Amino acid sequence: MQYLLLIYDSEAVLEKMNPADQAKIYEEYGKFTNEIKEKGKHLAGHQLKPVATATTVRVRDGKRVTTDGPFAETKEQLGGFYMINANDLDEAIAIAARIPSAKVGSIEVRPIVAREAAANG
Amino acid sequence: MMLRLGARGTAVLCPCNVFVDSCMGFVDLCMDFDKLHREESGRILATLIRLVGDFDLAEEMLQEAYATALQKWPAEGTPTNPRAWLISTARHKAIDRIRRDRRLETKSGEILRSSPSVTEPDAEVDDDMVRDDRLRLIFTCCHPALPIEAQVALTLRTVCGVTTEEISRAFLVPVATMAQRLVRAKSKIRDAGIPYCVPLQEDLRDRLDAVLLVIYLIFNEGYLASSGDALIRREMCAEAVRLGRVLCELLPRQGEARALLGLMLLHDSRSDARLTAEGELILLEQQDRSLWRWEQIREGTRLVESALRSGAAGTYTVQASIAALHAGAKTAAETDWRQIAGLYDVLLRMEPSPVVEVNRAVAVAMSGDLEAGLALLDELQERGELQGFHLLPAARADLLRRLGRVGEAAEAYRRALGLATNDIERKFLLRRLGEAEKKL
Repeated sequence: MQYLLLIYDSEAVLEKMNPADQAKIYEEYGKFTNEIKEKGKHLAGHQLKPVATATTVRVRDGKRVTTDGPFAETKEQLGGFYMINANDLDEAIAIAARIPSAKVGSIEVRPIVAREAAANG
Repeated sequence: MMLRLGARGTAVLCPCNVFVDSCMGFVDLCMDFDKLHREESGRILATLIRLVGDFDLAEEMLQEAYATALQKWPAEGTPTNPRAWLISTARHKAIDRIRRDRRLETKSGEILRSSPSVTEPDAEVDDDMVRDDRLRLIFTCCHPALPIEAQVALTLRTVCGVTTEEISRAFLVPVATMAQRLVRAKSKIRDAGIPYCVPLQEDLRDRLDAVLLVIYLIFNEGYLASSGDALIRREMCAEAVRLGRVLCELLPRQGEARALLGLMLLHDSRSDARLTAEGELILLEQQDRSLWRWEQIREGTRLVESALRSGAAGTYTVQASIAALHAGAKTAAETDWRQIAGLYDVLLRMEPSPVVEVNRAVAVAMSGDLEAGLALLDELQERGELQGFHLLPAARADLLRRLGRVGEAAEAYRRALGLATNDIERKFLLRRLGEAEKKL
């Protein structure tokens, strides 16, 4: 079995946190990541950029509709994910629009925080 | 900010190469600067953003380059190509800034963030490249992944060079709110990876629609806003027209862009005739047509005709055609209402909207069948889609007035007054209500 673990955080709380506490959390994350890597449990994991960078893509009647902001409605549930490489947001949106569910559901496009290999732990 | 803008936007300016061609004489450096700022800052910034890869850094370094120019040019003479001089000065300042920031980051032992890097100026002042830069900037500012208010603000700030203070005054929001909106938009461009490019051909139509909407919103803010600074509002109209011209120049094959420019010119041509000295609204029917700017009407009409010929007529072409029919009538009585009603039919098929239905009903009524028009409005009212929209009872009131049903007209005027928030429109409705009550 494979599982996707979705991390929900309050950006406001994290932003207000002092640098020392923030560093502590990152350290804990590093430790945790290493632990599950060593145990062979880790497949992929990344931090997402803040929700302000989110864009939602839908395709209706063959027309692509792009809107600012995260996907916020509750009548649809998270059903899967792709992690992709794209040159920029336009390419990411074009790929997102080709996901079959874009015709009935919504695809949220969120950029991933890039880290130097050393900082990734 | 180092430089104040001059009387920007008081005239509709042709965004041709005025500065580079004619300002070599530096008769009055300050005047040249104003002109430079007004007509060139958008282009220079557009190129700088490409070279520097960062909106804020490009803006800041351009301001510094202007400051350096103010010190150097009076003594050393204006360079032969001021635009190229400003671009390369700003670019060098950006390189220095990035080097300094990197040193600081490394010293403090921070993780190296992805900081901007400055590209070679390749063909930085090559005209084609500069033209493409402006188009890139417009499409980036009007990217659908940005909220629409941010698209409008960012376009005015970066493409038109309007100050944050002026934008906030035009949209009646506090300066801090507007500044925050701009900061957020620029952060999203950077963090989400919104590209600095002209969309691919297959996406161009959709993306162009977004650009046209932003330009039309800027125009409408100036044309329809009920309160606020009248001068700023006029400038918004002038900025929208300028943007429309730039877009037509950059994308000469897009009929809808020409149609939007035509539509704005046609509306704007009536601006001197639509208000009394006391600021009261004068309807099209009662306007003194000698106050219309006919040169502008001729240009607008030519643009509409050329958009119609281009084949792919969209909603702007249809709206502009309606505006051209109104403008082409020598007197209100000569207005071709039948054709206008037909065009509203076309518009409804393209984009169903109850507001367009109101306009269509009025056109049907004015083409000679008041009862039929009123029936259409009554049906709309029963559907209840336009509850809260004052123009529906106002239109009903007008048709009832024309039919001599003053009692019902007065009641409809009262209902419209209960919904209207625009002071100019309220004054107008109050006067009409008074007239109807007198006849009761």
